[in-house]
Amino acid sequence: MNSRCAACKYLRRRCPSDCIFSPYFPPNDPQRFACIHRIYGASNVARMLQQLPENQRASAVDCLYYEAQCRVQDPVYGCAGIISLLYQQIHNAETEIAKTQAQIALLIDSNTQEQQVYLHQNIEVESDLNILLQEQGDEFSLLGPPNQASSGFI
Amino acid sequence: MGGSSPCASCKLLRRRCAKECIFAPYFPSNDPQKFAIVHKVFGASNVSKMLRELPVHQREDAVSSLVYEATARVRDPVYGCVGAISYLQNQVSELQMQLSVAQAEILRIQMQLEPAMLTPIDQDDKTSLFSSNNFNINNSPHPQYINFASSSTNLIQDLLGGEYLWT
Repeated sequence: MNSRCAACKYLRRRCPSDCIFSPYFPPNDPQRFACIHRIYGASNVARMLQQLPENQRASAVDCLYYEAQCRVQDPVYGCAGIISLLYQQIHNAETEIAKTQAQIALLIDSNTQEQQVYLHQNIEVESDLNILLQEQGDEFSLLGPPNQASSGFI
Repeated sequence: MGGSSPCASCKLLRRRCAKECIFAPYFPSNDPQKFAIVHKVFGASNVSKMLRELPVHQREDAVSSLVYEATARVRDPVYGCVGAISYLQNQVSELQMQLSVAQAEILRIQMQLEPAMLTPIDQDDKTSLFSSNNFNINNSPHPQYINFASSSTNLIQDLLGGEYLWT
């Protein structure tokens, strides 16, 4: 004796062998059909399923169930509320990414400028050093080979 | 012959449009398509029942969202709105990843610029570095996801693997 599918149980009718609901509404999950029925109604669901190829009906029922649950949870906005929230999240994330990238550009720019200043200062120091060394070298040539003990330089 | 013309709902349903018709404020006669699409997907009696269960000031928004969902369902008879949700969730994940990468880059650059200021960093310090960005992805509002049966979860995962474009 075959048990009725959840849809036929809910609708209190006989479940025929070619019942359009039975593959997608097993008797062990009565909530599934109850929720969908509440939002869409049995005849609308049956019509929607009939208009689809068989291999797409399971996915369609899953989506209808999801949407029906959304509508039950949020009777005003349903799924549209979730979509709206997601768009808002996307906008917020894009704004933050733009801000963060601008900060990165600023940091890189300020770092580059600092490096240029640092390099420039180093070049000046080095040329001063070279001049000094040259002067020292001239002194040494007058005095003879450098004496490590007396050379306090470096 | 006085009396206003019937609303779009009563025209489609071929009935007298009463003064207190629940559909009339939201389905004007000059936009028959609006009711037609909602009736096609949800059915007039279900729409009527849903509207009656809501306070009056929320009914306009409810009708708008029902029209939106019905339109999505007519465009995509298999996935309806769920296809759009899946696509947008994907986008959100990608953007959050991009944001994390960008924030890590800032931290890296700041460490490079001021190594002398480095002390053993604990979690609190890292948080304070990001605080000026005024964005903490852990506090972002999450969509009102519903924990539904695993078959539906697998469906969403399948959708993520596909290339569904919502326009």
